Amino acid sequence: MIAYNTLVVLSGCALLGIAAGTVGTFALLRGRVLVSDAVGHAALPGVAVAALIVALLGADPRALPPLLAGAAIAGLLGVLAVQALTRTKRIREDAAIAVVLSAFYAAGVALLSWLQTLPGAAQAGLSKFILGQAAAMRAEDALIATTVAALCLALVLLSFQRLRSVAFDADFARVQGLRTDRTDLLLLGLIVLVCVSGLQAVGLILVVALLVLPAATARLVTHRLPRMLAVAAATGGLAGASGAWLSALHPEVPTGAAVVLVAACLFTLALLLAPERGLLARAWQIAGRRLSADTEHFLRAAWEAQEAAGAGPGTAGDRWAPIGAVAAARGWSLGKARRLAFWLAQRGLVARAEDHVHLTPRGATLARRAVRAHRAVEHHLLAAGAADAAAADRLADLVEHGLPPGMAARLLPEPSALPASPHALGARR
Amino acid sequence: MTLQDFLMLDLPPLLAAMLAGGTCGLLGSFLVLRRESLVGDALSHAVLPGIVLGFAITGARSGLPMLAGAMVAGVAAVALIAVVQKAARLDPGAAIGAVFTTFFAIGLVLLEVTGARSVDLDLDCVLFGQLETLVWVSGREPGALFDPAALATLPRQLGLLAGVAVAVALAVAVFWRPIKLACFDPGYARAIGLPSRSIELGLALLVAAAAVAAFEAVGSILVVALLVCPAAALRLMTDRYTVQVLGGAALGAALGAAGYALAGPVPAALGLDLALNAAGVIGTLGGLVVAVAALVRPLRQDRPPAPAPA
Repeated sequence: MIAYNTLVVLSGCALLGIAAGTVGTFALLRGRVLVSDAVGHAALPGVAVAALIVALLGADPRALPPLLAGAAIAGLLGVLAVQALTRTKRIREDAAIAVVLSAFYAAGVALLSWLQTLPGAAQAGLSKFILGQAAAMRAEDALIATTVAALCLALVLLSFQRLRSVAFDADFARVQGLRTDRTDLLLLGLIVLVCVSGLQAVGLILVVALLVLPAATARLVTHRLPRMLAVAAATGGLAGASGAWLSALHPEVPTGAAVVLVAACLFTLALLLAPERGLLARAWQIAGRRLSADTEHFLRAAWEAQEAAGAGPGTAGDRWAPIGAVAAARGWSLGKARRLAFWLAQRGLVARAEDHVHLTPRGATLARRAVRAHRAVEHHLLAAGAADAAAADRLADLVEHGLPPGMAARLLPEPSALPASPHALGARR
Repeated sequence: MTLQDFLMLDLPPLLAAMLAGGTCGLLGSFLVLRRESLVGDALSHAVLPGIVLGFAITGARSGLPMLAGAMVAGVAAVALIAVVQKAARLDPGAAIGAVFTTFFAIGLVLLEVTGARSVDLDLDCVLFGQLETLVWVSGREPGALFDPAALATLPRQLGLLAGVAVAVALAVAVFWRPIKLACFDPGYARAIGLPSRSIELGLALLVAAAAVAAFEAVGSILVVALLVCPAAALRLMTDRYTVQVLGGAALGAALGAAGYALAGPVPAALGLDLALNAAGVIGTLGGLVVAVAALVRPLRQDRPPAPAPA
């Protein structure tokens, strides 16, 4: 049975992750994610000053709302400082972000050390905002964070159209008469809200990860904005909840680190396994393309080996060709040629016997098509005076694949016939 | 304040702050000019797992394993940022944000996992720095400054900082021209056959080394302040490369000294009961310097141009 408090904290972290994923997607598409790094770090002095003021007024310095308000104000100041520095035209945004985040954070550190020397407990527990400590959250704190996160989500849904138009083509949106500067301001406000609501759970150093990682994961998985938002929100929610859960089980691990590591694992999975952009999918694609190119090269070499052995152009295809000749024509090792022959035999394109191959009817059709495509490109290059025979051969090797038969026919002077090779066939020069 | 107090308590942190500020300030200009400020930010966070591992494996807090671990982690982070940026087609900022937070999180977890054995490598050091804890036990009299035996008891962080500072200064001096070209016109540098990738990697290595050496003095996050603030302030004030680079180093060292002095000794000398975190004051001063430079700039520009000679 999960205690009520734990349940509230977990669902709060999940909702926080959902809001961060959603806002982070727009921030990523607009190229503004690292602003959240500045906002997060800038919150520290705000929290410290707020705690000081609250303590001076005699209220409970651990009450969350004034601390978060201080963090929000300081975060906004940080954003304004970044913009002011960028406006000097001397300091680019990346340097401005680095200056602001480090200087604000340093001011926070100095303030904290000063608060420590004051009587009273103004600084008690403030350092947990740096790395986050979901385990120490009370239910009412989690409810506040949850409310802020829900507010973010509502704002995103309400202004979805504006955010979308700015995220994809801000210039076009401006030409269309949209006030993109206001939308950018809204996005910055959302970033500040998410950072502030995430302070207690994730901490101000790592809150940027909660905006970047889910959004980047979603960007790997899909191209469509609605799906991207859904994936980012799901990733963020999962990371938030399971990170908080992990750090509840192991209180010595800061919640921020746990959340970020879960999100990083999900991102790594997406990086490897995403259907189109994933590294594995792309390696598979490249290997497939290479294999199909090798297949065409093998079939053509087998065809041309028969032509070289005396079959007239266009009539090759019913003789046995030695695999060694194919390998020599392509400059392959004999082993590679044998492996390819085995693979083509499995696909029913050649028959193998005693280190020779014989094209099957299907293989012969494909081989004829490959030879036509190759010679069509060669002929075109030679006719255009773009290359000599040897260079045309090599260039054609690169571009012939995927050339549709119709296009090959248009490049040939005599579309119906298979022309003779413009160069001697046989081992590679 | 007696001389003995100064030698024992104030000299080591003052030296450490100046060395860290000078080294970082020197390298910071290259980062700012190459628009890689955030790489500095990323490296200073990303070296954490390397430091912790280097420390955990050897079990001793000696400089070299930590330095080696940090360099490995730094290079791994830079390589990973490139991979992520290319594979996930993210903009550089997002790739940096994704990678360094992950490294930092790993470092935090490692710190906790291996934490049982580490009494003095703790979170506070990472987050706030620990300049104040550098003490020279043998520094009882001025003569100790020339006594090898006494000098050997200087805090070993100082040795690491000095070594890295010398190495960085040497590297910058030797590769002055190639680095300059790589800062201003990477395309041209490549065209005339400079190994720009090696220069890039070398700079990243130097930054990682500076980050790890300064890390113990000012903490992992405030390294960024030392890297970027002096360079950004100089960027606002000068257009001359030499002034930018050397001035950055000087300003960094000055910030370190002034920040340390303002945090403790000066208020104490004035009889104030005020002791601040030195690293925090150094970083705050850095931000203030940039702010002042940004505010003063328009004033300088508004001066009417000198009348042309008739």
